[in-house]
Amino acid sequence: MAEKYDILVIGAGPAGYVCAIRAAQLGLKTACVEASTYEGGLGGTCLNWGCIPAKALLESAALAQNISRHGEELGVRADNVRFDMGAAVDRSRFISSKLTGGVRFLFKKNGVQLLEGRGRIASPGVVEVTPEEGDPTTVEAASIVVATGAVMMSFPGFEIDGDRVIGSREALALRTLPQRMVVVGGGYVGVEFADVFDAFGVDVTIVEMLDTLVPVSDADVGKTLARSFKKRGMEVRTDTKVVSLDREASPMVLTVTSKKGEEKIETDVLLMAVGRKPVTEGLGLEEAGVEMDGPWIGIDEWCQTNVPGIYAIGDVAGQPMLAHKGSHEGIVAAERIAGVAHHPMRYDNIPSVGYCHPEVASIGITEEQAKQAGREIKVGKYPLTSHGRALVAGHNDGFVKIIADAEYGEVLGVHMVGHNVSELVAEVGIARALESTVEEIAAHAHAHPSMAEAVMEAALAAMDRAIHI
Amino acid sequence: MATKVVMAQLSPTMEEGKLLEWKVGEGDRVEASDVLAEIETDKANMDIEALGGGIVRKILVQAGETVPVGALIGIIGEEGEDISALLAEAEVAASGHPADGTEDVLVPPAIPEVPAVSEAPVVSETPAVSEVEAAIPEELPHSHAGESSVTGRMKASPVARRMADEAGLRVSDLTGSGPGGRVVKRDVEAAIAAGVPGSGPATAPAGPAGPSRPDDELLELSQMRKAIAKRLVQSIGPVPHFFLTTEIDMGRVLDLRSVMNARLESGKIGVNDVLVKIAAEALARHPEVNASWQGDAIRRHGSVDIGIAVAIEDGLITPVLRAADRKGLREISTEAAELIDRARAKRLLPEEYQGATFSVSNLGMFDIDQFTAIINPPEAAILAVGSTVDKPVVVDGEITVRRRMRVTMSCDHRVVDGATGARFLQTFKAMLENPLELVL
Repeated sequence: MAEKYDILVIGAGPAGYVCAIRAAQLGLKTACVEASTYEGGLGGTCLNWGCIPAKALLESAALAQNISRHGEELGVRADNVRFDMGAAVDRSRFISSKLTGGVRFLFKKNGVQLLEGRGRIASPGVVEVTPEEGDPTTVEAASIVVATGAVMMSFPGFEIDGDRVIGSREALALRTLPQRMVVVGGGYVGVEFADVFDAFGVDVTIVEMLDTLVPVSDADVGKTLARSFKKRGMEVRTDTKVVSLDREASPMVLTVTSKKGEEKIETDVLLMAVGRKPVTEGLGLEEAGVEMDGPWIGIDEWCQTNVPGIYAIGDVAGQPMLAHKGSHEGIVAAERIAGVAHHPMRYDNIPSVGYCHPEVASIGITEEQAKQAGREIKVGKYPLTSHGRALVAGHNDGFVKIIADAEYGEVLGVHMVGHNVSELVAEVGIARALESTVEEIAAHAHAHPSMAEAVMEAALAAMDRAIHI
Repeated sequence: MATKVVMAQLSPTMEEGKLLEWKVGEGDRVEASDVLAEIETDKANMDIEALGGGIVRKILVQAGETVPVGALIGIIGEEGEDISALLAEAEVAASGHPADGTEDVLVPPAIPEVPAVSEAPVVSETPAVSEVEAAIPEELPHSHAGESSVTGRMKASPVARRMADEAGLRVSDLTGSGPGGRVVKRDVEAAIAAGVPGSGPATAPAGPAGPSRPDDELLELSQMRKAIAKRLVQSIGPVPHFFLTTEIDMGRVLDLRSVMNARLESGKIGVNDVLVKIAAEALARHPEVNASWQGDAIRRHGSVDIGIAVAIEDGLITPVLRAADRKGLREISTEAAELIDRARAKRLLPEEYQGATFSVSNLGMFDIDQFTAIINPPEAAILAVGSTVDKPVVVDGEITVRRRMRVTMSCDHRVVDGATGARFLQTFKAMLENPLELVL
């Protein structure tokens, strides 16, 4: 007799494990299938080879920067400062394993049954689990949630060899630093790694096909970040395409093309950060009749696919491919299945953050998108140049920019670059969720001196009432 | 932590409630979802339940008293807990500012989410719309935006409030679809789209938009239709009524009913059931009457939902028989009997008396020959049925006695024109006089 579950989640990444825990909390008999290809087994890309270990390295990078570039200015002299990438990687791996172990504990605590193996939908309501060794077993589940995530992508000719051409996974374990590195792709992943390796003394060049860094954000953000990176000595090549790579040469030779024509760049390591593709193969989706939306599984605002009883969440279920989007989908799907759903997904209010230095953070639409949609808008932009908190931190690059509806003052989008702005985006997210206007943000007395004051000033600026500009 | 028991809003139009009976006494221990008290609202008697557990520490409103929505009626806490602050607050409970550190714990029982529509007055003899409006507390000035004077809670988002201000709407007139009934942007947008009129005195309040059905069809308004609507409203009031009367020979259908009932052991079919069924059939054949004025469009309803006016003690209510055109007479008869029983017992749920597409009001049992009924917005028509009486009529040149019934249909002239209504009545009459028409 096959074991019967109320809900079975395929994949224990940040979408899947959150979904499983929430489902178990709601009293559903819950199982989670995980292929255990990761060291810790649970937590997916985020905990093992993504957000968390990358942020650990970025913290090392920030400290390195602060000591080497700002220490003297702040009155801290440290002689003979040495950077030990090996130690930084060890710490990053330790934090990762601590958190993946934490997920295992949370499964136990909440009574989520972990099934180790690869999950495949045999038919709606039936999942086949194939462990690494041994025979497949079949389990039944009234609701199936697909949360298989995404994997790194590359181009033909730029295949990742794990040695000289690497992806984010190899970069997170790079203990020996090359002299030169080219990062292909100026999205969040690209700029974060560029930040890390630059801070540790590698000569970094970023090549981005579009005309700004972090192109999903407002164009101003990418421009300011590029300026800040260049000040640190990084090479930033936007509007530039990679053409070919001679990986036999030593150093390797990368050919790029831009308005200036073709150029050759010598490098020891090439880091591919050009995006991730959803994992949809071998899951039995087609046989079950699940409709796709491009490379992703098609879902509605409750994360339901077209096939009753089959749900999809996280990177496999569409953009933005961000951990917090997936986790939130996990909660929505679990609550929907349990019949206690509080709210559907609001994909227009998902924040996106890059933890490079300075940090970048965005939510809602950009100025460009607002104009294209023909909306009458007011833009409030507050530079951090003379912002108290930014100045004392020694990091006063950047700005906070609010796009507000001209008629009602509704906050349509906020785009920021600067010190610790990753923590400011939540205020704006809540303001947007509650349909607050710039008036409500401005009317709240923000603590002084804090970075959050910059949001208040930007709100005031959107009403032409800024004090500190 | 002590929690307050307040007079919960148990229906969208409820402004005050009468405490009929406490189901618990001071000192009783209650658990979540225990019934605390029975409340009489403007529509029905309902229970209020506890959301959390504790000891009933204090009962502040006694059976028989009427208090406004949001008023403190009791306190639940732990034994020995200091509730003096809450007791002091009871003095000002009617003004409704919940104290910090407490939360309201009561929810109406088993009332599904109210759809995002404005509430319609119940039936023909409900007070004029302006009176209903007058009873709605005035909004606080904008600078104190967000606080309802009744509950002291946030009830509209800032964006919704500004949009409403701009459109001349009052958020208190709108039904919120946000958390806890909060009026959010989409509610105001929907109201503007549906043409809910502003609060200015010169603007006539029109019928609310009403719920939408899956198969509804929105028809664009022609300039002529807009002009007719505007001028008629100016002339007669929010819903421009006109009336069509016809006399129907009931002989055949009553005979047929007697034959049917003779064969039925239980669940006899009433005359009113027959009228509901035939009205539904006629509406299915005349979808232009099964429609609503939406301000900027006319909504043709995707199903025929008949409201049956039922007189109850101190008022009346219209339970709704859904999809009546697709139900058989016996089904209609059973369902109507059940709805009417519960209507008289004031046990109807809001969704059972809201959202009809057409109503039937029958005063035949009171020996009324003929009367006019007032339309229940947003419906476009109501049929007033008089008593069936033996009358001399001329048939084929000879005077003979027949059983005749007079019906008068009130029509919303913005939706239904004279000839449209007349054609509908022709069909209705033909079906009653020749019941075989039903199967045509």
